[in-house]
Amino acid sequence: MAHGRPTKRRDMFPAAFILPPLVWQASFFITPLVFLVWMSFWRVKNFRLTRDFVTANWERIYNAGFFYDAYVHTFTLATVNALVVSVLAFPAAYFLAFRAGPKVRQLAIVFLVTPFFTSYLVRIYSLQIILAEHGIINSALGLVGLGPITMLSTSFATVVGFLTLTLPLVILVQLLALSQVDKRLMEAASNLGVPPFEAVFKVVIPSAKVGLIMAGTFGFLLSFGDYVSPLFLGGSKPPTLSILIADQVKSGNNWPRASVVAVTMVVTLVAVLLLMTSLAYAKRGKK
Amino acid sequence: MTKVDPFAFWSRGIGRRQFLAGSTALGAMAATGLGPRRAHAEETLNILTWPGHADPAVVGPFEEKYGVDVVAKEYVGGENMLALVNQSPPGTYDVVLSDAEYVVMLRDGGFIEEMDPADYPFDSLFPEFKKFPGHWLDDKLYSMIIRFGYLGLAYRTDALTKEEVESYAIMWDEKVKGGVGFFDWYLPSMGCLSLYNGNEKPFDIDDAAFDKLKETLFSLAPQSSGFYSMADTFSSLTSGAAKCIPGIGDWITLLLAKDGVPVDATVPKEGGIQWTESMSIMAGSTKKDLAKAFIQYMTSAEGQMRSAMMPAYNASIPSKPGWEMLNAEHPDEAVRLRMTFDDRNVLDEYAEGKIHIRRTPVQQDIETWNDAWTEFKSL
Repeated sequence: MAHGRPTKRRDMFPAAFILPPLVWQASFFITPLVFLVWMSFWRVKNFRLTRDFVTANWERIYNAGFFYDAYVHTFTLATVNALVVSVLAFPAAYFLAFRAGPKVRQLAIVFLVTPFFTSYLVRIYSLQIILAEHGIINSALGLVGLGPITMLSTSFATVVGFLTLTLPLVILVQLLALSQVDKRLMEAASNLGVPPFEAVFKVVIPSAKVGLIMAGTFGFLLSFGDYVSPLFLGGSKPPTLSILIADQVKSGNNWPRASVVAVTMVVTLVAVLLLMTSLAYAKRGKK
Repeated sequence: MTKVDPFAFWSRGIGRRQFLAGSTALGAMAATGLGPRRAHAEETLNILTWPGHADPAVVGPFEEKYGVDVVAKEYVGGENMLALVNQSPPGTYDVVLSDAEYVVMLRDGGFIEEMDPADYPFDSLFPEFKKFPGHWLDDKLYSMIIRFGYLGLAYRTDALTKEEVESYAIMWDEKVKGGVGFFDWYLPSMGCLSLYNGNEKPFDIDDAAFDKLKETLFSLAPQSSGFYSMADTFSSLTSGAAKCIPGIGDWITLLLAKDGVPVDATVPKEGGIQWTESMSIMAGSTKKDLAKAFIQYMTSAEGQMRSAMMPAYNASIPSKPGWEMLNAEHPDEAVRLRMTFDDRNVLDEYAEGKIHIRRTPVQQDIETWNDAWTEFKSL
């Protein structure tokens, strides 16, 4: 009995810590999400939102060929970005985790965080100058008698934009994951004669699997919903789901149809997140 | 209704007094020209407009005279404007700048109010604009014309010649494969293609002609370089990503050409489309006298001259005194903007009958045209 009260207080302690984020999420994520779903059943009459409960918006969007085209295109681009960014980030993260000294690592972290201080929109606009037909890359190619290569308004340019957005973050998450790898395992592998390159695949990657998968998942999530790169670098050609949302709103104030697209995106993101999380934490099959 | 202004602190003087109290940082900013343009006025006139209309180069004298700040909420495209009007509380905007074809929807929605023609300088307008159809509804004035322009085909002169752009047919040429850009608004782009299809009334077409228009539009998909917002339209022509863009005109190319970009705009032989911008007083405004004074300023010779040379995008003006002032004070600009009295000018093109007034779709609803545009973008 004497220990009853302190134990209860200890139980309340973590609850008090977790309450603010819970309230925050309920207020600014769950509530708007419920509203978003609700609004997808409204109607628009003469550019004015009207409360209703009709399934016309869902039928219209889900019967539109352009919606499926946009969905496949968006999913493909986000998947490509997740794979490319994971591959590009890994050597840098590996070097920083295992080879670089503490000072180099700290400096690198500062440089990786710095891009977040500058506007993403400005960075994307500056990429236009680099990728344009008369831009820096094509001018350089012209000097050696090559090009011009069309890069702007292509999916390539969109993925370049996605990489600008996600690469620093993915390197940081991978670095965090690799820093947790027990270096004694690598030494053991080395002592047992496993070549360093092979050890990366047999020891490092399996050990950091959860973090590496989640880093790639971040790469997918951020690019799946991005609006800026597909618009300013991809030239909306073809449109992604986020552009489709903007189009529905700006062309007719059609928030309900935009909500249908948005809800579909949220469901997709949750499904991908759950799938990747279960993959990340999946145990190896028993022998 | 209480209006929420997140930047209210800026105009209430507290911040200003603190600044004026001697902040060294502000002194440095002011000295280097990075500081506020001038002390902000207590009162604001809120206008809903296409980009650039609250530029000090345009509204500066009005702000000085009345001691107000003209604050703009900017939009691109009539549907976007209607959406903003519909989702804003009454009183959010005092003046709306609209394209003529959307004035009727603003009137029908009860968003704008009737204007007294005696308040505005109709005698100064060229005859073509005295009774412009979209501005007068049931013989009542609802909007006062400010500026206009023509839409046809804009092109890079280092990629295409003047002869090649005599017809919209050049857009299907191998030479511009992957280089036909599109201003991301269905109305002007599809209007020009409707003219190419031979529709005398480009926006008043039956369903068979509309299907044919979709077919024409969709056949351009392999030629497309992308779909551009207003800023991107400028940058795509500048970077060369777009070699030609239908449905835009001088309003984009005049400024670029002035900056040395090799671009021009033309009205092809199949015809072009006229756009107009006009100002109405919002029914929910609590500053209607100020709103009226603003429109009076914008239709005065000085307001007209400044509007013609507006830094965001140039335009033609319908006011004869505006032309006279422009020719007297900025003769080079008058020549560049083709608003001189002696040479061939913008009104000659209108007189030739190649220009059709832009309208919203007549026989189909806006949504049908919009959906076709969205479908085209995904091809």
